[in-house]
Amino acid sequence: MEIDPFIFRLSIFILSIFIGYYVVWSVTPSLHTPLMSVTNAISSVIIVGAIISGLSGNSDSIFNTSSIFGFLAISLAAINIFGGFLVTQRMLAMYKKKKKDK
Amino acid sequence: MISANLSAIFYLISGVLFILALRGLSSPETSRQGNFFGIFGMIIAITVTFLSIGNFSSGLVFVLIFLLIGGLIGAFVAYRIPMTAMPELVAGFHSLVGLAAVFVAISAFLNPEAFNLGSPGNIRLGSLIEMSIGAVVGAITFSGSIIAFLKLQGIISGSPITFKGQHPINALILASIIILIYFLCSTQYSNLFWILLAVSFLIGFLLIIPIGGADMPVVISMLNSYSGWAAAGIGFTLENIALIITGALVGSSGAILSYIMCKGMNRSFFNVILGGFGATEQSINSQNKEQRPVKSGNADDAAFLMKNASSVIIVPGYGMAVAQAQHALREMVDTLKKNDIKVSYAIHPVAGRMPGHMNVLLAEANVPYDEVFELEEINNDFANSDVAFVIGANDVTNPVAKTDPQSPIYGMPVLDVEKCKSVLFVKRSLSPGYAGIDNDLFYRENTLMLFADAKKMTEDITKNL
Repeated sequence: MEIDPFIFRLSIFILSIFIGYYVVWSVTPSLHTPLMSVTNAISSVIIVGAIISGLSGNSDSIFNTSSIFGFLAISLAAINIFGGFLVTQRMLAMYKKKKKDK
Repeated sequence: MISANLSAIFYLISGVLFILALRGLSSPETSRQGNFFGIFGMIIAITVTFLSIGNFSSGLVFVLIFLLIGGLIGAFVAYRIPMTAMPELVAGFHSLVGLAAVFVAISAFLNPEAFNLGSPGNIRLGSLIEMSIGAVVGAITFSGSIIAFLKLQGIISGSPITFKGQHPINALILASIIILIYFLCSTQYSNLFWILLAVSFLIGFLLIIPIGGADMPVVISMLNSYSGWAAAGIGFTLENIALIITGALVGSSGAILSYIMCKGMNRSFFNVILGGFGATEQSINSQNKEQRPVKSGNADDAAFLMKNASSVIIVPGYGMAVAQAQHALREMVDTLKKNDIKVSYAIHPVAGRMPGHMNVLLAEANVPYDEVFELEEINNDFANSDVAFVIGANDVTNPVAKTDPQSPIYGMPVLDVEKCKSVLFVKRSLSPGYAGIDNDLFYRENTLMLFADAKKMTEDITKNL
């Protein structure tokens, strides 16, 4: 008997929760705000679903109800991806060590 | 066009890069590199998606246009946003992830062929369940984050909004969501999908509305977690490994942050979610308000005390963010350091409106991160320090949490500021903090109240040093 591919995805999912658990506990508390903004950015990888639906229409009907929702989702996710990574970058650039020459 | 197996491997790679992005945040030195891993992972995921479809003819131009529009808005916001508005920004971002998840689910529901999920009215059962869950969680994330955003912006009151029968109504709505999913899956009747979405938007709204302003760190972390689970739900629908991995990472990340925030307040997660904290205590408190003697001083007195100190600990809180006093504070500290006074910062886990809020503000004001300490690291040092400078914090310094079992904040970990030789407390009035209780610290022998705006007072002290 074959194993349903769903079980494989479920395994990946469960193991990733554990990875997330251990990785996030090791994040230093002073970087918790950048952690939130970067998790925002990466969860917007949901854009891959939006791109699939945006490209699903054929040349006669690029815009149908389904693809319009896809296009909108692309923009929403893109705001998050660019906004999330850039604002994280901006924050992380501010974290500096004490200068030695004091 | 590349094969499904090859694209799955690339999605796996981008999932791994996302793990490394979070891993980088374990220290500020590695964090910037971590962020690049994240960006790189995102580029791979998007590129592979285009390649795996291979249909470059029709919709591509529009996909790129919408990508560009979103990207420009995002970049613009990221550059322009002031650091004090970070909690609002993050809440706003959460709502967008939620809405994007809803839109992708709608799109997949209307045109399942595009995703290989069956045909309209005959969507595979497993996929339909997965997309319903993704859509429900996404909708809750969206409307909940909108409420959190409005509360943080001050557009709606930050105080808890409660009404009678709130909890039974919420329980009823949650039960109806499960029933709706069941009937949607058994009948495939599309109107049920729209009702399901409407009900989910409603419950997200109702869940967050009773939660007050100072509980926002928990709410934001919780919505962060939800946005992850929504992404994972959609990931299962689309059978996309990158999305499943990321959803799980973000989901557990938000859950851990919620846990840390709850622990910082010594409250159970359910206690926060059920809401209404601070609404009841306030009335009891106003009845037995007795006049107790308070010592107050001016910037001159404060400067004198600090000039004669050898070590000072700064305790910032949300009030510092409101008054935008972080730069003025840093200038004051610079002056102190020139006089060979040792200065460190003590951050309570729930100071501010989101996890790590104070750290970002101090970093913005060029405070080196190795002068900033967490509660456990610094709490023993108060006894050996001369001056504690409390600026915009309140409940997190209240000694009542250690002494009075009747107090609503009893058991909450607090900073032991009262152990310092003297305490300078910058505050606009004697009004109680968020928890609605009087701060015992105001009336201590060694406390000097500085009644003023945090920024103005800090600047005045600097002038007098």
